[in-house]
Amino acid sequence: MGQRVVIDPITRIEGHLRIEVEVANGKVSNAWSSSTLFRGLEIMLKGRDPRDAQLITQRACGVCTYVHALASVRCVDDAVKITVPNNARIIRNLIHGAQFLHDHLVHFYHLHALDWVDIVSALQADPQKTAKIASEVSQAGMSGVNDFKDVQNRLKKFVESGQLGIFANGYWGSPAYKLPPEVNLLAASHYLQALRQQARTARMMAVFGAKNPHPQTLVVGGVTCATDLNAERIAEFKYLWQETMDFVNNVYVPDVVAVAGFYKDWGNIGGTTNFLAYGEFPQSEKEPDSNLFPRGAIFKRNIGQVAPVDIALIEEHVKHSWYEGDQALPPAKGETKPKYDGLDVEKRYSWMKAPRYNGEPMEVGPLARVLIAYGKGNEAAKKSVDGVLKQLGVPTEALFSTLGRTAARALETKIIGDAMEGWMMQLVENLKNGDNKIYQSFEMPDSGTGTGLNDVPRGALGHWIEIKDKKIGNYQLVVPSTWNLGPRCAAGKPGPVEEALIGTPVSDPKRPVEILRTVHSFDPCIACGVHVIDPQTNEIHKFRVV
Amino acid sequence: MSDDKKRFGERLEQRGVSRRDFMKFCTIVSATMGLAPSFVPKIAEALASPQRPPVVWLSFAECTGCTEALLRTTYPWIDTLVLDILSLDYHETIMAPSGEAAEKSLHEAVTQHSGKFICVVDGSIPTADNGVYGMIGGKTFLEIAKEVCPKALAVLCVGTCSAYGGVPAMAPNPTGAKSIQEAVGVSTVNIPGCPPNPINMVGTIVNYLLFGKLPDVDQLGRPLFAYGKLVHDQCQRRSHFEMGEFAPSFQSDEAQRGFCLYELGCKGPETYNNCPSVKFNDGTSWPVEGGHPCIGCSEPNFWDKLSPFYKPL
Repeated sequence: MGQRVVIDPITRIEGHLRIEVEVANGKVSNAWSSSTLFRGLEIMLKGRDPRDAQLITQRACGVCTYVHALASVRCVDDAVKITVPNNARIIRNLIHGAQFLHDHLVHFYHLHALDWVDIVSALQADPQKTAKIASEVSQAGMSGVNDFKDVQNRLKKFVESGQLGIFANGYWGSPAYKLPPEVNLLAASHYLQALRQQARTARMMAVFGAKNPHPQTLVVGGVTCATDLNAERIAEFKYLWQETMDFVNNVYVPDVVAVAGFYKDWGNIGGTTNFLAYGEFPQSEKEPDSNLFPRGAIFKRNIGQVAPVDIALIEEHVKHSWYEGDQALPPAKGETKPKYDGLDVEKRYSWMKAPRYNGEPMEVGPLARVLIAYGKGNEAAKKSVDGVLKQLGVPTEALFSTLGRTAARALETKIIGDAMEGWMMQLVENLKNGDNKIYQSFEMPDSGTGTGLNDVPRGALGHWIEIKDKKIGNYQLVVPSTWNLGPRCAAGKPGPVEEALIGTPVSDPKRPVEILRTVHSFDPCIACGVHVIDPQTNEIHKFRVV
Repeated sequence: MSDDKKRFGERLEQRGVSRRDFMKFCTIVSATMGLAPSFVPKIAEALASPQRPPVVWLSFAECTGCTEALLRTTYPWIDTLVLDILSLDYHETIMAPSGEAAEKSLHEAVTQHSGKFICVVDGSIPTADNGVYGMIGGKTFLEIAKEVCPKALAVLCVGTCSAYGGVPAMAPNPTGAKSIQEAVGVSTVNIPGCPPNPINMVGTIVNYLLFGKLPDVDQLGRPLFAYGKLVHDQCQRRSHFEMGEFAPSFQSDEAQRGFCLYELGCKGPETYNNCPSVKFNDGTSWPVEGGHPCIGCSEPNFWDKLSPFYKPL
């Protein structure tokens, strides 16, 4: 029997996550993913005004800010049976696009990068060589020898202070890191640049969204930014978009490709089997047909056969979760009755339910979106995916991996960013033609049901509402990270991250870089210490704080 | 006296601040924070140290919006704040290590800097059923907070959740969520908002660390420089309110002319915050400017007391 390793908390995610793995012969042989926080938003929503749902559900997450508000207004728009005006749809898309740009940038540099990049090794780099490599990787500015000397000196001074802050106790020097010092220095420099760029990218959302985090211009019926429909605001948005796209094109995407080149073996690690996307960015009132990213499902990695999506086939299982009962229920009939009875990976071990589509676990997120778009012949997806596969010299199979997932995130950032230019121009055209409608009024029905299906940075997101006596009777959310990081279902099938971790090499259980590499590739939004358990004695090494 | 302290003393004297004045400062700060007199020399030492002040950030039942909000700071930029000004010794969202190695960082910060670190908290603490609804590394949030917070020099609650309970405490509060002050019994400086403006977070932290002065707070523990005035009293649309010029709908001539949003549910008249004055994201906008009513997110229990949000006051 293998060694059990528990990592709790998993850091560099949103929320509270615990991962337990069994390691045998230097590889992960089994894995269990646990969310260790429960707040009960679905319980709190009952009895409230349906128009308030978007304000409350937005607080499901401040990293994936905006997206729940979007899902919620679409869900209630559906329940009150209205179609929002074209400008409202465009503005909602623009803010959503800006959220993707921000979220994916921050994810790669500040949440994921330290799994691939050894910051301490950057201190050994030759700034001259780094400048040469930088010029081969991209056209980015701030890439001269003096720029890298500055960054290196800053890092040196920081390390010499003896106060290593967020870099203390990192896994520096682990054999799992493969980048030469110069590439580490290049990445470190971009990590710092990205820390400033993200603040400016977030400003885009505030132009039409009033503020970020937690934009506040969405309403059931449309948007409210009536006094922002002018040349100054559109130009402000466009200027910030251009600056962001310069960073995406010259720094983010080239960095991912450059780093991937040193980790090609990760094209064989961390893959899953099935993929689901609701699709996103409707280009007209015809949803989902006009979506930029199409709706679809892929089973058994069969990209050539993208199946249509039938929402009735979605069920949430609670057999291995801390809720009453064992039954699997469709979200529209979902219940949230928490019941905690201790963490036992053989019984119940997570606050997350286990969503299944036709009984199957489904990966959602950038890889699902890109594969489904690719499978359906989407030009932009085909071009960028084929391009990157060729550049790296890896086969299509490499897409089904941690590397593929990470690359897909970068590629879709560019696809969405590029498309935003057209949306801005469409808004300008509408305004020029005298159309300034942004809101459709409505009557709240006494009863009704609504569904809001979206594809947001981490994947497929669904909100379901049942209205009773003009109030929320029932409200359920099925969130992308629930699909990706949920536990086993009643049939005992592991969730996507639990499947992906199998076969992951573990060079040193005390420095679980490889495990984090795959867990972080899902961009988890949830939350969890390393306790090494001896299965013979059941002794747990506990590290007590204070 | 060590060289560093001697030089610090000299710098103070050059500015006309005697050692006696400095110790008086520290006493006032300590008293304002509700700390025992024994903390006074510790505050003096913390402020005089050439080391960057250690900060431990605890995240409980939160959405990470407050952390993200802090990332938006541009005066100073976030990298300057956490690498040059402060020593951010524990923050689960961005720290390199996980699991046991992360626990080590927390343990080191709390023991090596006991009594000298600033504890920043986001998220409230679930207390029902022995706190099982929120756990990290096998311990409940409540246990962690009770171990760490009393050892801090000061506890800063960012966001309405840690300050007053916030989202998890929304009726019917299924997990028994409480503010840090209520759950742990330590007095806290509160920077509420959902999330708060980073200008207010940074203003409080940097003001305190650079000038050794805690901002004056109101009876809810909120710094007056940020929360001393009503949103209504700073609103650019106030003259419309006075003239009875209200937008009746989000699609109306009045809305396009930027009229008052009172009839659409604005809670500005009951909300203390500085959103209209400093705005968000480098002065880009704020909810009313975006045409949406204020929801009162810096007020305790606003989710229950100020909702429905589209119903006028």
